[in-house]
Amino acid sequence: MIPLTKDNLTKADVQDKLEEIFSHYKGEKQELIPILQEAQGQFRYLPAAAMREIARFLRMPESTIYGVSTFYSQFKLTPLGKKLIRVCRGTACHVRGAAKVLAEIEKQLGLKAGETSDDMEYTLETVACIGACALAPTMTIDSETYGKMTTKKVAEVLGVRSKAE
Amino acid sequence: MSEAKPSNGNKQRTIYICQGTGCISGKSFEITEALKKAIVEQGLQGAKVDFTGCHGFCEQGPVAIVEPEGIFYAHVTVADVQEIVESHLRDGKPVERLFYKDPVSGEAIPYHKDIKFYSMQQRIILRNCGRLNPERIEDYMATGGYESLNKVLKEMTPEQLIDEIKRSGLRGRGGAGFPTGTKWEFCHNAVGDQKYMICNADEGDPGAFMDRSTMEGDPHTVIEGMTIAAYAIGASEGYIYIRAEYPLAVKRVRLAIQQAEEKGFLGDNILGSDFSLHIHVKEGAGAFVCGEETALMASIEGKRGMPRSRPPFPANSGLWGKPTTINNVKSLATVPVIITKGAEWYAGTGTEKSKGTCVFALTGKIANSGLIEVPMGIPLRKIIYEIGGGIPGGKKFKAVQTGGPSGGCLPESYLDQPVDYESLSAAGSMMGSGGMVVMDEETCMVDVARYFLSFTQAESCGKCVPCRVGTKQMLDILERICRGEGKPEDIPLLQQLGEQIKAGSLCGLGQTAPNPVLTTLRYFRDEYEAHINEKRCPALSCTKLISFYILPDKCQGCGICARNCPSECIVGDKRMVHVIDQDKCVRCGTCLEVCPERFGAVVKVSAEKVDVPDEPIPVKEKPKVAAASQGE
Repeated sequence: MIPLTKDNLTKADVQDKLEEIFSHYKGEKQELIPILQEAQGQFRYLPAAAMREIARFLRMPESTIYGVSTFYSQFKLTPLGKKLIRVCRGTACHVRGAAKVLAEIEKQLGLKAGETSDDMEYTLETVACIGACALAPTMTIDSETYGKMTTKKVAEVLGVRSKAE
Repeated sequence: MSEAKPSNGNKQRTIYICQGTGCISGKSFEITEALKKAIVEQGLQGAKVDFTGCHGFCEQGPVAIVEPEGIFYAHVTVADVQEIVESHLRDGKPVERLFYKDPVSGEAIPYHKDIKFYSMQQRIILRNCGRLNPERIEDYMATGGYESLNKVLKEMTPEQLIDEIKRSGLRGRGGAGFPTGTKWEFCHNAVGDQKYMICNADEGDPGAFMDRSTMEGDPHTVIEGMTIAAYAIGASEGYIYIRAEYPLAVKRVRLAIQQAEEKGFLGDNILGSDFSLHIHVKEGAGAFVCGEETALMASIEGKRGMPRSRPPFPANSGLWGKPTTINNVKSLATVPVIITKGAEWYAGTGTEKSKGTCVFALTGKIANSGLIEVPMGIPLRKIIYEIGGGIPGGKKFKAVQTGGPSGGCLPESYLDQPVDYESLSAAGSMMGSGGMVVMDEETCMVDVARYFLSFTQAESCGKCVPCRVGTKQMLDILERICRGEGKPEDIPLLQQLGEQIKAGSLCGLGQTAPNPVLTTLRYFRDEYEAHINEKRCPALSCTKLISFYILPDKCQGCGICARNCPSECIVGDKRMVHVIDQDKCVRCGTCLEVCPERFGAVVKVSAEKVDVPDEPIPVKEKPKVAAASQGE
């Protein structure tokens, strides 16, 4: 079972942003996934309070919202770090050494795939395929894609980001 | 190959920069801006900068083409911009150092048309990719775009259109190969007040990216094909379901829909006819199983994307219970060409049962990786060695994996087989979405099977027990084998589980998930046996079964390995032979990578003991060093 987040957000914290999102929708059941996507775009994850409000807006049981949110890997029920690092584990990346790249990133950040650092700076996860297979192995940091990764390039890619702040 | 001739610098030239996902990661936005700036600075009147979608040759990215000469530049960087502008655009002298180098001959090739990777392809689906600006509908219209739609609406009835597609022999490019015309006919004949047309752009197979490139490079082709299909079945609403991992494709398709509506190619009363179609974009949310048509429809309806049993087929009861047709991006991108050039022309390419062309994403251990489009029936050998340029680094070919997690791994003996739906299924693999991953001697086939199973196991929606539980059991066994804990009875057990999962699952995911295991068992059983019986990984890939040693007669005591070792398990001193503590070693291979080539002192072995000292010993003096010191 995937635990709901232990954040302290209340209805009041999420309401304004959600009202804005709801104003683009009619409240039909088919709108659930786009609404969840927009809500996640706002909060960078799906706070429990937001899921309850979405259930109310669509007049659906909370369990259905929870069921859909946990079915799709895009939806996060716990807060993400400021930077989302995703390592591709597609086939082309796999045969060209993605596992070593991931291990190096895990070592440098002190995180395992799926974890977020305690200071909320980084979230590290793997992704099935980003479709940039000719540049394998690949990784992304937020919306930037990095191709032809090597263990040596990891420090550079992670380093460039931390210097940029 | 011909030499690039210097030409007049005042000529009108356009440099097209690729802005597909691959080249963008190589900073093609920055290159475009730098080019624009440099052209203004140089005051060049004739030179223009434009961009295109994916050329397919992402390996060489960022790529640029200068027209009208057709000069192809590979691996362009911002630092090259000044030289391109001054030498080529101003003085008419192409920059030779940026030419593509043939991986076999090493020869520099100036012209796009002479590059084997392109010249051996036959592009129908990808005909415009890399050739036009995907964000301008006028570019697409200049190539004859939307004329097929016009022809269909003005000259053909839906029945005539369906007949034309049936005669062309077009089969679904999503992988299963169902005849497209027949699919349309079912839906056309179905009774319903509302029908839906869906474009399946949920390209989830790891290792395939042709749908992404088509949508990024030529989105109007997909929209035109989809509109024609909607006319055939009588749909007035359409959905394009694109996976969320493809933000650029989503953006370009949305823009293309808006442009098509403005020009009257979409919306109410298209081109003055009675036919209306509204297309909506739905973004997927990261579930592989949603590539399955009934799961995809559930996802559009806002539900968990779980497949349901068929019948009823979507043609009769699809989205919201209404008659629905679902076609893949590539099938739809082919449709406008069939209308323009005719069913007979299309059926002239390919084999008897598989007509036309197919697109493959050629990746893995291959010199030229990228997207290729070839006639059906072409032998695998030609794809891998002629278009793909063979295996890099002098390594030996081992297998080619087609069809992604649903497909299989084929050995060298299949290289002369023609590529089409039937031959690939007969070999235990499938066409699938067109991923083609080449593997060399360093790829462990047990590990590849384990890899695919870990993917399908994680993506199983959980509805059918054989798929949900069976793939987990198979994965556990494969993980055990890779750790060197396999048992002889594992092989028949894997076989049995695989066949039961195939027989007992509802949708394509479960029905094909065991294929990578079953084909590797069929063609590479010796590798399984080596792992199980000898605790040996022949490809020297499974970390639990390999060891690294430093050869005492080669080590010069430079200490590079010890300094780089992440687990600090190498002991030694200056001019002392270094020794790896096998108990602490994590088998990362860093020592092998960093050991200077002239020493080559680190070896990787599996199930083999190498004679090395237990403690560091002094480096043996080389005779040559001794001879040199005599002179002192």
